[in-house]
Amino acid sequence: MEKVIFYILAIIMVASAVAAVSSRKMLRSVVYLLFVLIGAAGLYFQMDYNFLAAIQLTVYAGGVVVLIIFSVLLIHHIEMELEVAKKSRRAISSLLCLLGLSVFLATIYAHPFEAAGVTTTTTTAEIGRALLSFEKQGFILPFEVISVLLLSAMIGAIVIAKGGKQIKQPPLEKVDPEKILQNISKEIKEKKVPEEEIGV
Amino acid sequence: MIPGVSINEILTLTSILFFIGVYGFITRKNLISILISVELILNSSVINFVVINKYLYPELLQGMVYSIFIIAVAAAETALAVAIIINIYRRTGSVEVSETETMKH
Repeated sequence: MEKVIFYILAIIMVASAVAAVSSRKMLRSVVYLLFVLIGAAGLYFQMDYNFLAAIQLTVYAGGVVVLIIFSVLLIHHIEMELEVAKKSRRAISSLLCLLGLSVFLATIYAHPFEAAGVTTTTTTAEIGRALLSFEKQGFILPFEVISVLLLSAMIGAIVIAKGGKQIKQPPLEKVDPEKILQNISKEIKEKKVPEEEIGV
Repeated sequence: MIPGVSINEILTLTSILFFIGVYGFITRKNLISILISVELILNSSVINFVVINKYLYPELLQGMVYSIFIIAVAAAETALAVAIIINIYRRTGSVEVSETETMKH
């Protein structure tokens, strides 16, 4: 049963990942990315890491994807189609990716993994203690560093997105009333404009 | 661990996802599409950490904590990238890679 669910999840993830990098509509590719992230959360649920699955759903699917969707809506015309790379370039890069993938798979299948075979359930309390302990195998220092990083990223994002300058527009042409009057009288003299229109 | 599924299969899945992300990173010409590809790459590496922790060292928590850190860094990175993209759009009116030649106006 678990095997079947895993394969269904894997097929959904790979198909939506391919669609996300090849779709020509921007908003659709973001939604395909959302499917990949939810599939990853399903994998975590299968591996009995409930806390990590919840984090994946809230931070990735709830935060990151919504942020990207907002930016797409702000700066992109939805009906516009994205331009794609040249065919030769796509072929070369997919060949390169297949080459790298084969190297990865050869390494993975050549390495003898010794699966431990025992299953232990990790509770959220254990994760919290590991994050906050300063004994051996404690992560208090990276935890604090990540909090500073998040704060600085927040401030930086606000400062950058607020921005000072607007789009540079070319200065408007100076309006010279005398020139316009001269032009009009010239046109009247040359009878370019019918007289009824001016009201003479 | 997932009953009936070996570690090799999950690692195969994550490497396929990783290289799909690399393919998108190379071929896409839009900044937001590149951001999406980076998210794919990061997510596949997170799954790798979790899987190796669960299958090989189930009594430890290192991979788990590390994946939490990766998720936090990815969220910060996305926020900053979106801010930069919006700023670029405000200055140049476009988010295509080919039209963002200069870093400073």
